[in-house]
Amino acid sequence: MQLRHAVVVAAMMAAFFGMRQQASAAEAARPGLVAVYGDTVYTMTGPPIEKGVVLIEAGKITLAGSALDIPVPPEARVLRGKVVTPGLVDAHTTVGLTGYLNQDQDQDQLDKTEPIQPELRAIDSYNPRERLIEWVRGFGVTTIHTGHAPGALVSGQTMIAKTVGESVDDATINPQAMVAVTLGDDARPGDDKKSPGTRSKAVAMLRGELVKTQDYLRKLELADPEKRPDRDLRREVFADVLRGKLPLLVTVNRATDIDAALRIAAEFGIRIVLDSASEAYLVADRIKAAGVPVIVHPSMRRGGAGETENISFETAAILRAKGIPVALQSGFEGYVPKTRVALFEAAIAAANGLTTEEALATITCDAATILGVADRVGSLRPGLDGDVAIFDGDPFEYATHCTGVVIEGRVVSEEPR
Amino acid sequence: MHARTWTFLAVGLLGLTAAAKAKPIAFMGGDVLPISGRPISPGTVIVIGGTIATIGPAASTPVPADAERIDCSGKVIMPGLVDTHSHVGGGWGGDASGPMQPDVRILDSINVRDTGFRKARAGGLTTLNIMPGSGHLLSGQTIYAKLRKASTIDDFFIRDAAGKPVGGIKMANGTNSQKEPPFPGTRSKAAAIVRQKFLKARDYRRKVTEAKGDAAKLPDRDLEMEALLDVLDGRVIVHHHCHRADDILTVLRLRDEFGFKVVLHHVSEAWKVADQLAKAAAPCSVIVVDSPGGKIEAMDLSLATGGVLEKAGVPCAIHTDDPVTDSRLFLRTAGLAVRAGMSRDKALEALTLAGARMLDLDGRIGSLDVGKDADLIILSGDPLSVRTKVLQTWIEGEKVFDREDPDDRLFAVGGFGAGRDQKAHACCTDERFAETK
Repeated sequence: MQLRHAVVVAAMMAAFFGMRQQASAAEAARPGLVAVYGDTVYTMTGPPIEKGVVLIEAGKITLAGSALDIPVPPEARVLRGKVVTPGLVDAHTTVGLTGYLNQDQDQDQLDKTEPIQPELRAIDSYNPRERLIEWVRGFGVTTIHTGHAPGALVSGQTMIAKTVGESVDDATINPQAMVAVTLGDDARPGDDKKSPGTRSKAVAMLRGELVKTQDYLRKLELADPEKRPDRDLRREVFADVLRGKLPLLVTVNRATDIDAALRIAAEFGIRIVLDSASEAYLVADRIKAAGVPVIVHPSMRRGGAGETENISFETAAILRAKGIPVALQSGFEGYVPKTRVALFEAAIAAANGLTTEEALATITCDAATILGVADRVGSLRPGLDGDVAIFDGDPFEYATHCTGVVIEGRVVSEEPR
Repeated sequence: MHARTWTFLAVGLLGLTAAAKAKPIAFMGGDVLPISGRPISPGTVIVIGGTIATIGPAASTPVPADAERIDCSGKVIMPGLVDTHSHVGGGWGGDASGPMQPDVRILDSINVRDTGFRKARAGGLTTLNIMPGSGHLLSGQTIYAKLRKASTIDDFFIRDAAGKPVGGIKMANGTNSQKEPPFPGTRSKAAAIVRQKFLKARDYRRKVTEAKGDAAKLPDRDLEMEALLDVLDGRVIVHHHCHRADDILTVLRLRDEFGFKVVLHHVSEAWKVADQLAKAAAPCSVIVVDSPGGKIEAMDLSLATGGVLEKAGVPCAIHTDDPVTDSRLFLRTAGLAVRAGMSRDKALEALTLAGARMLDLDGRIGSLDVGKDADLIILSGDPLSVRTKVLQTWIEGEKVFDREDPDDRLFAVGGFGAGRDQKAHACCTDERFAETK
């Protein structure tokens, strides 16, 4: 009796605290009215606005312009900063699949049992509570393109998420963004013996998969249903690549591998996005001619020996000057620091050939365009998500702080970072 | 070319260099940050024979008539940066044979043509403590290197009064040095191995003392013991890798038991024990990286460590741990420390004078003071601004990096060829000249 009583009380308490939690979550999530004032507001849709304001209602931007022209209702929650930018978009990371502890249990970015696994979905590994997500969010990053890492010929899918959310469904804005491909040294065998041992072998294997998928697509169209192939998760993903629905995110560094990627794209008429591309400046004309965007390596990525030995602080500036769409990224880190921060990488680009606005574009509007989410994030204009980053000075200066982060109208960070 | 011609040329160039070194160089009109004192704006620094001869306000500092004048107006002059913890140069220390290898010297394996040195000069670094890694309890002897243009490691040496190159000893605790036997499997085992080794060194010292110079009574020479004697006698500083708060305190426990001098390196969790560190007067060389984690021990790493240590009164330097942080971004690490609460003055000191003290070299380097080595850098502006560039790096009155030289610029920004180890530097010429040999 006593025991049962205790159980009932415990259940009631659980229900009470559960409800309270739900209530507070609902309260926090209630789309209110938010006004963000900035001495300078970079909308990324035109020149920066001096003394500007961004109005957000029901999670979406309703107005962005001069504070003189825009009346702010008194019930609005007001935030202020010296500089206001769109919430930052990290065009390529692995956080959420890679955890900060760097132990087996929090590393899901790479399965090396097979060299080609496009069927691996990022959403099945993404941990929205990972501390690194909160870490980058504190520096203004509100949208991340994350997922399977470089390191296998085809390592899996990527996804696009907001840096909030209790579940992957809450966080995700595109559960299947790209298919991660690696050409070059990083695609070589690890634990498996099946990965390609040379560059030519890697390309041959990738072509083989795409040709097989062309056959699969042809057989799907056969008149006799009996002759149609069974469902095959791997083929289905590659089929979407061939149909132009899914781009390949091809991580390459050497010019040789960049050329190989462009060759594959042309042969199969598929969309690709080049990733890292540390020697892209050697083949910029061909990249430009192919109309392929580049998510440039983190500006501060280590060079040293190996395929990134010719890396440059100026890669993004050189490519942008050629008219190639470029974004910057935090990339994948295998050790310390466990993640880079897109804001910091853009800062170094801003000090090495890009203007402030150009560098901002690599982590806002241009990143969003390359990722196909410019209709939701990346600039401050009516109708887009109410994602804003607030700074107490030049966002790229070392000693400036990110003082506020708003995602879909919710203030998710106010601690100066 | 005939050998005789080369000899003639070499002698001639040597003579020229000696003359060039003796000729005064006046760095004029820049904002001078001596670090040891208040900024002088505008100031003049006069270098003669590789050392700082005069430093003072531009208006009241006479410039010798024969001086080479370098216009620094609108620029910033500060001491060359001192990196207390670097792995540039591809040096290897101890091997897999055991957890403590004090006889192993990093200087025997450094490639002075490694591009990392070009990049370090481009970052304004002039003195490095080049260390073996943290995979051992004691991985070997470190070398304090001046990044002079070099064709052998000897060209990097800083020598003591007896002519011996100076350096430290690298030690580590925590997970990096834990592995299969004979390496330790636990923290307690690690400490026990270290204690046993130092006890052995004490015995060795006793035998040496008791022999009173009698060759017949002296113990056989033992390179490991000789190296540890230098540590026990305080001639050589232990540079100790440690992250977790308890590991930090374990180092201090061993220090107090054996009485060696130690600098604590990385100290990810130093912010948790700042008061103990202050009480122990334990100098800390901090790593500043862009996120916590990457290994369990760095899970609580904080950008605020420098600021916390400063407030607690703990001597604090910052290091690159290159390749963990690119040497070209050394100034940036101080900028991030300021972002997280360190004062500007202490952050700049952490890149220079504080580090020099931790290498026992503050009598020679680390600040712009009369009589010190003329190791200085010329910056385009505020040292802690992302947009500031290191324009020139000078060591002992010789320019070792000039951003306007396309060959140097390649290493400052990267690009094709910046990762390739370089051809030999022949004394008194540039690399292109050496290649034609």
